[in-house]
Amino acid sequence: MSTTETNHPVLELRNVSKTYTVKQGMFGKPKPLKAINDVSLSLNRGEVLGLVGESGCGKSTLAKILLGLEDPTKGEVRVDGEVIGATDRRTLARRIQPIFQDPYSSLNPRKSIEDIISLPLRVHNIGDSNSQDKAVRDILDIVGLPQRVMRTYPSQMSGGQRQRVAIARALIMKPEIVICDEPTSALDVSVQSQILNLLNDLRAEFNLTYLFISHDLAVVEHLATRVAVMYLGRIVEESSVGGLFDTSGHPYTQALLKSVLTPEAGKGVPDTELGMEYPNPIAPPSGCHFHPRCPMAMTHCASIPPRPVPTPEGHVECHLFDSENDHNTGAPLVREGV
Amino acid sequence: MSDATTNMTPDPMLEAIVGPTPGQMLRKRIFGHQGLMIGVVVLGILVLVAIFAPLLAPHDPYAQSLMARMKPPVFLGGTWEHPLGTDHLGRDYLSRLIYGARVSLLIGLVAATISGVIGTAMGVAAGYFGGKVDAVVTYLINVRLAMPVVLVALAVVAILGGSLQVVIVVLGLLLWDRFAVVMRSSTLQVRGREYVAAAKAVGCSTPRVLMSEIMPNIANNLIVVMTLEMAHAILLEAALSFLGLGVQPPTPSWGLMVSEGKNMMLFEPWMVLIPGAVLFVLVLAINLMGDGLRDVTAPENRS
Repeated sequence: MSTTETNHPVLELRNVSKTYTVKQGMFGKPKPLKAINDVSLSLNRGEVLGLVGESGCGKSTLAKILLGLEDPTKGEVRVDGEVIGATDRRTLARRIQPIFQDPYSSLNPRKSIEDIISLPLRVHNIGDSNSQDKAVRDILDIVGLPQRVMRTYPSQMSGGQRQRVAIARALIMKPEIVICDEPTSALDVSVQSQILNLLNDLRAEFNLTYLFISHDLAVVEHLATRVAVMYLGRIVEESSVGGLFDTSGHPYTQALLKSVLTPEAGKGVPDTELGMEYPNPIAPPSGCHFHPRCPMAMTHCASIPPRPVPTPEGHVECHLFDSENDHNTGAPLVREGV
Repeated sequence: MSDATTNMTPDPMLEAIVGPTPGQMLRKRIFGHQGLMIGVVVLGILVLVAIFAPLLAPHDPYAQSLMARMKPPVFLGGTWEHPLGTDHLGRDYLSRLIYGARVSLLIGLVAATISGVIGTAMGVAAGYFGGKVDAVVTYLINVRLAMPVVLVALAVVAILGGSLQVVIVVLGLLLWDRFAVVMRSSTLQVRGREYVAAAKAVGCSTPRVLMSEIMPNIANNLIVVMTLEMAHAILLEAALSFLGLGVQPPTPSWGLMVSEGKNMMLFEPWMVLIPGAVLFVLVLAINLMGDGLRDVTAPENRS
């Protein structure tokens, strides 16, 4: 294995949809909730794909599907070209591991740290108890925890320490892909950068591939090589990090970028101009799902769903960029009059 | 060890892993809880009495002596030959009380265990799997709640005949509702925690997830319900025996003793009061223990 990125997709989502049925009230009619709507995404070996979007846009559902915790309603997930679902969850577990958002909830409070970290080895019957013990000690070193924490319990540790334990558990089986589901959002700001640096170092050392889910664009810029922006179950823009942060296309991405808080004095709280709140995913807006909040919405945005338009770095789903569209100028968008 | 560790800025927080283990904290809370300690001590004494009944009882609890009928207890002018007097057949009251503890505790323990197994299995399955399983279990709980326990127990015992075994099984099959309700809701709570998702992502089988991730985290609720249901079963046995449909004479049972004493209640009230008081103390001790266990184990759930 080389540490360089290759274009061979190690993980691939093909037209994946996940629909939940939501029943409103005891006699209510069940309604479909499209958590993920026809998403295709590929993850190349060695890269870090950032997945950003507001709460409720389907990021975590996507993570659950990738981990095999949920089955997609439609479409397929492939690992190294093999469709998962057909493969055993146990074999999948050796290749893909998660790091969850909340280290206060992701560690079983009744188990010692040693038990928590060695669980994957015991489940997969890797080695005897001596070699498992050694593996736990090694991984504790790697994630920067002293060995004496082995006998302690999660309630005795701080958030950052717990997240290191969660990372150790995810890495002890040497997976290829790690799904990081907002791994720093539950942590103190002072600890966040430590965990991010640790993740970055580990990626280089073990040649890991990350899917990094976050709503914090600053974090994504720091870590990711490519970014996918998700809105109401769709990937509305996919681009390299540089491309996204320099010449972002989709109005939603621009709004997200504008919403990043800066410590600069006198700047105040940014105004995203997104106006109304996040739409109800049970009854998504017609046409382009983003049009009610879009500052550049045109008349046909309300009726025609946009197609994915290829860009040099990925794709974008917006009528502004569709060349078959009269309104298209082709040039990067400049906000007018706002 | 690796580049990762050397590149990392040393974290002063990492050196300070402070605080007692959960076990130590639990022990501290247990010994600091008065109600719990009183309950445990009283219950412990009663359990020891039941175990060592043959050594402690001054007389054979079945030996009748028509010459020594209804002797009053010591504090009402009786003799130390029969410290708590004798019943209407001249049997030693203290010995019968001591042996009666065996019946009450046995019924409480076995009936609560049977219903605990049934209720926990149903509740955990409903909470974990949800959907149709949950619908079926909820329906069964509702059906069970619609049945008056005493009435059903009376009917079954009347048909099958009263005996210790029948009473235990009937109560065991009737008292699972609270287990099912409590276990279902606590499983629902735990199921969504991320460590369950992590265990699944690691490749744990469903039984393993249930046994090693879910069960340890809902066991405290199980213990609390178990104590309450034990008290419940003991009281129901006493009620059934009082009505003549529980444990059959001459087996010494506290409910039966109250029942046998009730004819004499106006003349010799101690015949009812003594077994009644012991029953009261036992149930109080168990409830104190259950309450205390709930107080003691709850804080850990919050952290």
